[in-house]
Amino acid sequence: MRPDDRKYLSSHEWIKINGDIATIGITDFAVEELSSGNEGDLVYCDLPELGRVLETGETFGEIESVKAVADLNSPLAGEVIEINSAIEDHLEILSQDPWDRGWMVKIKLSEKDSPELLDLAGYESSLEN
Amino acid sequence: MNKDTLLFEKSRPGHRTLRLGKLDVPAADLSLLPKGSLRTKAPVLPEIGELDLIRHYVLLSKKNISIADSFYPLGSCTMKYNPVTNEAVVQYPGLADIHPEMDAGRVQGALRIMKRLEDGLAGITGLPGVTLHPAAGAQGELTALLVANAHFEATGQTKRTKVLIPDSAHGTNPASAAIAGLEAVEIKSGKDGLVDLADLESKVGDDTAVLMITNPSTLGLFESKIAKIAEIVHKAGGLIYMDGANLNAIMGISRPADFGVDMMHINLHKTFSTPHGGGGPGAGPICVTDELTPYLPSPRVVEEEDGLRLDYNAPQSIGMLRGWPGNFGVLVRAYAYLRRLGAEGVKRVAENAVLNANYIRVKLNKAYHVPYDRMCMHEFVCNNKHQREKGVHALDIAKRLIDLGYHPMTIYFPLVVSEAMMIEPTETESKSTLDAFIADMLMIAEEAQSDPDKLHAAPVTTCVGRLDEGRAVREPKLRYACYKD
Repeated sequence: MRPDDRKYLSSHEWIKINGDIATIGITDFAVEELSSGNEGDLVYCDLPELGRVLETGETFGEIESVKAVADLNSPLAGEVIEINSAIEDHLEILSQDPWDRGWMVKIKLSEKDSPELLDLAGYESSLEN
Repeated sequence: MNKDTLLFEKSRPGHRTLRLGKLDVPAADLSLLPKGSLRTKAPVLPEIGELDLIRHYVLLSKKNISIADSFYPLGSCTMKYNPVTNEAVVQYPGLADIHPEMDAGRVQGALRIMKRLEDGLAGITGLPGVTLHPAAGAQGELTALLVANAHFEATGQTKRTKVLIPDSAHGTNPASAAIAGLEAVEIKSGKDGLVDLADLESKVGDDTAVLMITNPSTLGLFESKIAKIAEIVHKAGGLIYMDGANLNAIMGISRPADFGVDMMHINLHKTFSTPHGGGGPGAGPICVTDELTPYLPSPRVVEEEDGLRLDYNAPQSIGMLRGWPGNFGVLVRAYAYLRRLGAEGVKRVAENAVLNANYIRVKLNKAYHVPYDRMCMHEFVCNNKHQREKGVHALDIAKRLIDLGYHPMTIYFPLVVSEAMMIEPTETESKSTLDAFIADMLMIAEEAQSDPDKLHAAPVTTCVGRLDEGRAVREPKLRYACYKD
C-alpha cells in the first residue's frame, strides 16, 4: 500500500513535507520498473552535494539499473541539507522499503506547493495511463 | 576436459606450442631501450600445447552467436544477412592491400568506390553533402552536431545551444549532444507514440540548435507529422537531424530531405548489410544539405577531369574526425551491397522489412500486448502485460528464446514502453523462419501461464545460466587475477 501522508510526481518521486523540511524518494512503482522485481538489478545512485539549491522539477541525481538510467527530479524547490548515503552502497534498501528507509534527500523548502504535485489518488490514476 | 576453462586454468608448467631453437644470431643491444621499460622477469603467460590451444579456441568459436547461426531479431540493430559476396570483394588485392597515404593515381578504384558510395547515399537521402569518415552511428551524430555548431558559429548564431530530443530516442542522441557541448532537452511522446507537437512548440525557440529525431521512431512508427515538426523547428531557425538507425524501413521510398531533414547519419553496418555486433567495425556516414557541406570533415573525395583525389583544402571544415577517412573495408562492402541491389532492390528491401515486421506483429498481438498496435515499419514493440501477473518479465521471455536457439529481441528499450520487447526481423528472413519464430513465441506465451518457472530458470542449454547482471555492474572483475580472488 502506498502511503497517503505525502505528495507525488507523475515521474514517480514522492515528497513528504514536515514543516519547512521535506524528504524526497522514489515510489515502489519506479523501483519495480527499474529492477523488474530483482533488487540486485539496481546498480548505481547518484545523489546531490549538500548545500545544492534545487529548483522545482530540477534533476538532482540519477538512478541506474542494469536496464536503464532514470533522472531524479525534485518535486519542490529548496536546499539539500541531508542525503541518505546508506542507500548508495545498498540499493536493495530501495526495493525493501522505498517509503521510509529508502529516502534519498532532505531539503529545506523555499516553496511549499507546486501545480505538479499529486495526491495519492492522483498519482495512482496517472499510473493507469 | 576442455570444457569452459580459461587458458590460465588449462596452463601446465612446461607445456609449449612452439619451442625456439638456440639463438644463432647476435643478440639485440637492449641498452638502447629505456631501463624502466625493460622486464626483469618473464610475464606470467599460460603454458599450453598446440592441440589444447586449438581446441580451446574452436570451443569458444562454437559459443559464438551470429546471424549466420540463428534468427537474430534484435530490434533497432537491423541484424540482416551479411552477403558473402561482400567478403569476397573486400579481399581483392587492389582494395585489401592499399594504404590511405598512397598516391591518388595508384588508388583511383578505391577513391571511385568512395565517391560512388557517397553518390548513392546522397541519392537515397536527398542530401548532397556526404562524408564517409564517421566510424559508427554515434560518431556520425557527433560529427553532425559539430557541423551544426560550425554553421551557427559562422553565421553568428552562438546562442543556439539546445538540442531537442524525443523521449523515445536512442541514448546516444543526448550523449552526442553533451559531447558536442550542447544541452539536451527532452520532448515528450504523445499518446500515439509520436512526438507531442504541443510539447515541441513549448520548448523550441531562438536557443534551439538542432532537433534530433529518429524516423521511423524506436517504436517502429513513422513520424507522420514529420513535415510539420520540421516546419516548426525551421521557423525557429533550428536544424533537423535524423538518426538514420531505422533507414531500412524507408530507403528508396521516402527521402529524408523531402520531409525536411538537414543532416542525418546512416548506419552502413545496419542498413547496408556490413557485419556488426562484434563481427566488424561500424560506419556512420553523414549526409547534409548544400548549405552545411563546407563544414564536413576533411579530407573529402573530389572528382576532377584527371581523376579522383583526397582534397584537404576545406577552410570551413570541422577538421579530421579520426586518423583516416572512414572504415574503408566497411565502405567497400556497403558499396558492393548497394550495387547488387540497384535502385529497385533498395526499395524492395524496405518493403519486405516492413512486411516481415507486420507479419510477426499481427501473429503475436493477441498473445503479447502491443501498445501501439497499428501498421508498423521495420520493427514493433510489445511487452509482458499479459504475462506480468504470473511474474514473467521481458527478461524471462528473452532468456527462454536463448534455449530455443534464438538470439533474443531487444528488451527494455525504448524506455517509453514498460518492459519493452522490440522485434526487428529484417527483410532477409524467409517466411518459414518467421513462422517458426512465431510458433516459439506463442509457445512461450503458453508456458508463461502454465509453467512460469520454466521461464524464470532459462537459459538452461547454455554453458552458464542466468547471470547476475547487477553484480557484474557493481563488482566488475575484468581480469583473471581478480576472478581468482
